[in-house]
Amino acid sequence: MIPHSFDYAAATSFADALEQVAAGAKPLSGGMSLIPMMKLRLAAPERVVDLGRIQGLNYIHQDQAGIHVGALATHFEVETSALLRAGCPLLSETAGWIGDVQIRNRGTIGGSVAHADPSADYPAALVALDARIVVASKRGGERTVGANDFFVDALTTAAEPDELVKEIIVPVETMGTSYQKLLQPASGFAIVGVAARIGQDGHGRLGVTGLGARPILITDATDLAALNTTEANSDIHAASAYRREMAKVYARRAIAAARARA
Amino acid sequence: MATTAAPPATGKLVGKRLRRKEDPRLITGTATYVDDIKLPGMHHACIVRSPYAAARIKSIDAKAALETPGVVAVYTGADTKEVGPVPCGASLPGLRVPHHYILATDRVYFVGHPVAVVVAGDKYVARDAADSIEVDYDVLPAAADPEKALTPGAPAVHPEWPDNTAFTYHQEGGDIAQAFAEADVIVKQRITSQRLIPTPMETRGVVADWKPGDKALTLYSSTQIPHLLRSLVAGMLGLAENKTRVVTPEVGGGFGCKLNVYAEEALMSFVSMKLGKPVKWIESRRENYVATIHGRGHVDYLEIAAKKDGTILGLKLKLIQDLGAYHQLLTPVIPTLSVLMMPGLYRFRNVTADIVGVFTNCVPTDAYRGAGRPEATHAIERMVDMLAAELKLDPADIRLKNFIQPEEFPFATATGLTYDSGQYDLPLRKALEIGGYAALRAEQQTARVAGKLMGIGIATYGEICAFGPSPATPAGGWESATVKVDPDGKVTVLTGSCHHGQGEETTFAQIAADELGIGLDDVVVFRGDTAIVQYGIGTFGSRGTAVGGPALYYALQNLKKKLKRYGESALGSDDVRYEAGQCICNKTGKTASLAQLAGASYRALKLPPDEEPGMQTTFFWEPPNFTFPFGAHLVVTEIDRDTGRIEIKRYVAVDDCGKIINPLIVDGQVHGGVAQGLGQALYEQVVYDDNGQLLSGELTDYAIPKATMMPWVESHHTETPSPVNPLGVKGVGEAGTIGCSPAVVNSVVDALSSLGVRHLDMPLTPEKIWNVIQQGARA
Amino acid sequence: MKRTITVTINGETRSDEIEARLLLIHYLREVVGLTGAHIGCETSLCGACTVELDGKAVKSCTMFAVQANGRSLTTIEGLAKNGELHPVQEAFWNEHGLQCGFCTPGMIMASKQLLERNPNPSEGEIRHGIEGNLCRCTGYQHIVNAVRTAAERMK
Repeated sequence: MIPHSFDYAAATSFADALEQVAAGAKPLSGGMSLIPMMKLRLAAPERVVDLGRIQGLNYIHQDQAGIHVGALATHFEVETSALLRAGCPLLSETAGWIGDVQIRNRGTIGGSVAHADPSADYPAALVALDARIVVASKRGGERTVGANDFFVDALTTAAEPDELVKEIIVPVETMGTSYQKLLQPASGFAIVGVAARIGQDGHGRLGVTGLGARPILITDATDLAALNTTEANSDIHAASAYRREMAKVYARRAIAAARARA
Repeated sequence: MATTAAPPATGKLVGKRLRRKEDPRLITGTATYVDDIKLPGMHHACIVRSPYAAARIKSIDAKAALETPGVVAVYTGADTKEVGPVPCGASLPGLRVPHHYILATDRVYFVGHPVAVVVAGDKYVARDAADSIEVDYDVLPAAADPEKALTPGAPAVHPEWPDNTAFTYHQEGGDIAQAFAEADVIVKQRITSQRLIPTPMETRGVVADWKPGDKALTLYSSTQIPHLLRSLVAGMLGLAENKTRVVTPEVGGGFGCKLNVYAEEALMSFVSMKLGKPVKWIESRRENYVATIHGRGHVDYLEIAAKKDGTILGLKLKLIQDLGAYHQLLTPVIPTLSVLMMPGLYRFRNVTADIVGVFTNCVPTDAYRGAGRPEATHAIERMVDMLAAELKLDPADIRLKNFIQPEEFPFATATGLTYDSGQYDLPLRKALEIGGYAALRAEQQTARVAGKLMGIGIATYGEICAFGPSPATPAGGWESATVKVDPDGKVTVLTGSCHHGQGEETTFAQIAADELGIGLDDVVVFRGDTAIVQYGIGTFGSRGTAVGGPALYYALQNLKKKLKRYGESALGSDDVRYEAGQCICNKTGKTASLAQLAGASYRALKLPPDEEPGMQTTFFWEPPNFTFPFGAHLVVTEIDRDTGRIEIKRYVAVDDCGKIINPLIVDGQVHGGVAQGLGQALYEQVVYDDNGQLLSGELTDYAIPKATMMPWVESHHTETPSPVNPLGVKGVGEAGTIGCSPAVVNSVVDALSSLGVRHLDMPLTPEKIWNVIQQGARA
Repeated sequence: MKRTITVTINGETRSDEIEARLLLIHYLREVVGLTGAHIGCETSLCGACTVELDGKAVKSCTMFAVQANGRSLTTIEGLAKNGELHPVQEAFWNEHGLQCGFCTPGMIMASKQLLERNPNPSEGEIRHGIEGNLCRCTGYQHIVNAVRTAAERMK
């Protein structure tokens, strides 16, 4: 319940945050993943830089490139954003499935994406959306990584240690979408979660979380064969065979629900 | 929806749906739980626990911890050897009792076993220093599964007992051989009742405060049994009981796991005595899962014998009880309660039971809501359903056929109990009627044709409550009450019960107010401080109202006699009655109020002949018998074929807990009980790996029900008064839990019966159900 | 290294010198002396520690006190005004929405948030709204009743 000691500084700007991260500080966003790990002493950063006071980084706005969601937008803000609900309802719907009300009030999309928990909800939606994740560092400035390249492994992303997630860019939706989730009853994380984007013709793409170490992208929703061969996680809550089968069941449900909205 | 109002100032209160007196402090955040206590000079303790299930301790290096600024002491097992062992209250013949030191000495026996304690002025510092203690372990093979632990060559939990058998216990009644010889049908099944973690929302916590000048200890502990704790901790530390005071502040749930005496309670006392400072220890949730008792942990092998018409003749049970590494206060007793409960509500009189108590390298098991009775009821009610299926009888009919009939009470069971009163068919008939049983069966037929998996499950249960007559309990089984009237006429009740959420601050005030003809707000109910309250037993085993209530009732009768004598004196007449808060002279109509009578008793100018001054009575009530509540739960489920997910479509609970003092509180007890039963049926399970590592060691991996996981419970009652006590009450704390799990499992098995399923062990996770459906589809 | 934070708690502003690692729940309970919010787990699941930060329900065990610097907090102790219970408190009392009371302060704070965002919740919405708060006593049914009646009261 009690974390190790650490040095703390609140970043005054995103540039300041990049500077501190470059100097080795661990970024703290909403803290919904980091703080529990620190309390259990599974994480013990020596320096923490608090991103929470950076002004304006929780924006949600739209331009020709799509809808830009600032890294500090909370799950609640993503869930309830009128712009996203209209323009990218899959992201809003997915956000509403994260944790609970209190978690959604504090947790941020940037923090969740950077943490890359294999059972997290956002990765399914982001790969299905072909979202672009803008990361930045003091050293190299900004670069954009496609979501499917961003999630590398469990708790591992394509971001370098000195890089921070700055924003997520999602497309303005043209298809019907749905996120369907089988909850692990204790933690509320996804045993599997499937995000579907489906057109009226039944074609479309899927993102699947919970099944493997990283989200799985299926670019042809009419062919779920990939789910048979993927290495599936196995734990006390779901053996791999069940998890794989549920990925298919929830995929079919997500496809049907998404198509109905197309 | 029922809405309650503030109670009227006076009037008949027993039986009313009243909101609780204790709630204002709880809803405003001003109640005091043990972690809210802050004493001058208080220090904080952090406990170092074993990460291994079985290991030899080679060395402990606390140098770095002792050098940490702010740390005042580190103690290990070598320091605490002289403290008496953690007590086991059971006395079964031949019971093997390992010496349970408060800190491990040369060996650890389960993950979580306390090894050292660090004390510092600041709890953050204590936590840091605990990390710096280096314990060198020689890791040994562990026995984590009770059945495997019984196989030859299994690692010995306690090297002195290589068979891992703590005790065996046999009980029988009637003629089991003849019953089975006469049977037309015998149904056999292995049924498990998995290990559970009680998980009160408040973990345990202790503040020990040694006053060197007085050589006296005050121990604040989140416990269900302040007086027993005082007696036992005083014994462990060699203190006189009158120099040992236990204070139970607000307790954030117990469910049996705080019906115990734990190493930490003595350890903090030891530390405070050593340091001469108050010391606080608050258990973290992770610690709670490895250091506070678990519940259940049964493997039962059952055989039921019956005639073709469904008449049950007898029941055989072989019970393997996972005890864990040690005996806590009641560990070995719990499975014996299962044996007592074996006959359920049924008339058959032939039983035989054999218990094997098995040591494992796991947290000890002990009392958890129901304590032995849910396990038994689950097993019996599953067996009766399997028997019904075998004989193609309706599960309701087979129960109605075998129930003990109302005219047969008091009914002597084959296990030596005397059931007090019952109309066992009433709750079942009521549940069937409310559920619309015939229509449900018709709906099920249609659903089956449509390929749906719909199930209807019934369980009827009896339980043993009001623990209990003293000869049948490890400590006294009575309860006590003091009623004091202060000079202003206001009333204080001191109860030896130690309620912790059950609402006796209200229900006892209802009883006292009615008896004395005063308002609910004129009564204060106090419990939980051994320096203020006369000796008591505590709150567990659905005994709070069923034993503590009658003790209060009798204390009130004596008080009323005393009031009447003062009334005679005050009114100058021997024809006086006590009524509605005053004494009234039957001849003149003159009155003396409760305040006047109480005032006169303290002013003591005109004492009645042979009467003491003061207005106070105390009564210790020994119950002549247990009480035996009963009920019927009906559960309608539907199973998602694709996922195995179970949806509870209806939950009807009809419970008979005797006379009801406050229906609002009784409903709350039923709902909460059902939630814990449902947790066992569907979600909760302790998972140890083969090395004795607890894999379900946090709330992230151990699924207690959330609001979204609970069905709407349609709670109803029948009221069959108990003849055992003058209030007619039976107890309700455990009813919901006991009735729930078999009803749910019976319903799910019913849903899957078309696939050839006849039994499933809990928890019924979607994955388990899905696997069953897959096998059914293949078959 | 210690630092000074300034926070407004239940309308009163105060400053304290604290360690960066001090959890907000420990700050409230041990530095400020507001023990209404409780600690029931260390994994952000039980919700017993729920308080309001700038009007949003948060789990104060999953925040460092420094993160609250300059912000405004409301705890269970701040709900009743001039001796008048908040309608959610009153409803928990009337409907027996609590037994041992340990989860209750957090449950009330979560229920308050729910009703602020959705004044007329269905049973399912109520259950969903309090899924971040665990109760082991009530089976939640009387809590659902309490939230419903509070909703009626607050209309």
